[in-house]
Amino acid sequence: MGGPGFEHEEVYLGADKALRSQLASNEDNTAVHLTSRIHSHGVLSRIPRNRGTGMCICFLSGVVVWYFGWIIFLSCFIPVHFLLKGNDNLRKKMERALVELICSFFVASWTGVVKYHGPRPSMRPKQVFVANHTSMIDFIILEQMTAFAVIMQKHPGWVGLLQSTILESVGCIWFNRSEAKDREIVTRKLREHSQGADNNPLLIFPEGTCVNNQYSVMFKKGAFELGCTVCPIAIKYNKIFVDAFWNSRKQSFTMHLLQLMTSWAVVCDVWYLEPQNLRPGETPIEFAERIRDIISVRAGLKKVPWDGYLKYSRPSPKHRERKQQSFAESVLRGLELEEK
Amino acid sequence: MGNTSSMLTQYDIEEVQQHCNNAFSQQEIVSLYERFCQLDRNGGGFVSGEEFLSVPEFAVNPLSQRLLRMLDGLNFKEFVAFLSAFSPRATVQQKIEFIFKVYDSDGNGKVTVNDMLDVLHDLTGQFISEQQREQVLTKVLEEAGYNKESLLVMSDFVKILGSSGLKMEVEVPVD
Repeated sequence: MGGPGFEHEEVYLGADKALRSQLASNEDNTAVHLTSRIHSHGVLSRIPRNRGTGMCICFLSGVVVWYFGWIIFLSCFIPVHFLLKGNDNLRKKMERALVELICSFFVASWTGVVKYHGPRPSMRPKQVFVANHTSMIDFIILEQMTAFAVIMQKHPGWVGLLQSTILESVGCIWFNRSEAKDREIVTRKLREHSQGADNNPLLIFPEGTCVNNQYSVMFKKGAFELGCTVCPIAIKYNKIFVDAFWNSRKQSFTMHLLQLMTSWAVVCDVWYLEPQNLRPGETPIEFAERIRDIISVRAGLKKVPWDGYLKYSRPSPKHRERKQQSFAESVLRGLELEEK
Repeated sequence: MGNTSSMLTQYDIEEVQQHCNNAFSQQEIVSLYERFCQLDRNGGGFVSGEEFLSVPEFAVNPLSQRLLRMLDGLNFKEFVAFLSAFSPRATVQQKIEFIFKVYDSDGNGKVTVNDMLDVLHDLTGQFISEQQREQVLTKVLEEAGYNKESLLVMSDFVKILGSSGLKMEVEVPVD
């Protein structure tokens, strides 16, 4: 596995040192060698002065990595999934490793340079992970390090297919925003999952929607009421390389991925922060705000007191009415005082 | 997304600065331009009412419709001039002039009792009755030495509001 990859070592040694030292602790060494080799493609393709050619090379190498990754993944995953049906423990372990692998391929296909800071998450029961959300690729970047179970919206098309087949193996919870009763069902599922010792650690994006990585919106309290330790993760993308924000109304996920693949690199920092517990006398909402503070400070995000969905719709009239009401009350109070 | 497609030249910035009577520094004008471009989604050169309403804090302001009437169709130079009342360098006189313009919806330089009732209605919504509104306004006018037939002009506003501390400031983030 090591042979051809190391010819390019001199080329990327400088830039790649940080990445490799971070990944050195990764038990799965195949990922290190494969990512290293692919990264050299990114460096070599910076040489052409013509941006168009550069884009093509980036894109083609991305596509090659993509297909290569899929072939390897499927040729391992399918037999493991079916042949090891009896031996659940081993099957789970292998599927986890394979999911981490395919995520590494995804990241490599966009020439992803991810710097991980902080202790790698350990698998413990009664623990959930929360992170700020910019795009679907957040999940892939985090998944490449640790096979998390995640809660997501079921998407149509090929992404949905991926979700139902491969992600099922790491344990995923589906929700449907349009269903009214869905919230209770999902809360119950979250609680069950987090209590189970065998399940993969849960990764939740409490903002509930993609945000542009410069601000953080209000966290939904669901993740903070499960009676578990909450481990914050902060993700910050370097905008100079590419704007990773995914506007799901404007772009389909496929277009978004293509855009990422044709850019020079996706550079980001991931910080695993200190696990927090609910303090005595603290409400889940206060707990959520405290964690949002921690994440926003670390990732350099400005906090905004708005719900994420305001990016799609106007604030409801009751906000304005509340202001009118408080002003009306002070005016009336003034009137009463006058009359006395 | 988020790229400023056109950069302001030094000449442009100076022109804008002159137009707003140096209410903002050159760095602040650059930041305001960035924000203006972000709001002007369709690139028409001005920010429409719809685009202003996409700012949540603006949409929940009870005076938003009045402000929109003053803001609609402004180009960048006029936008900065509009905002100059909110600069920390603005005088109390300038701030009162702004408030006067909000009240004087037909722009004839005179504020009638009806204009004031309308503003009070915007500010309090359905939470006080028409009768109570009139009561409040009559009391306020009496105390200031006016009556129901009075037509207030700029100098009246200065007299009434001049002594109160008007906290009307906007913070322009400078990189």
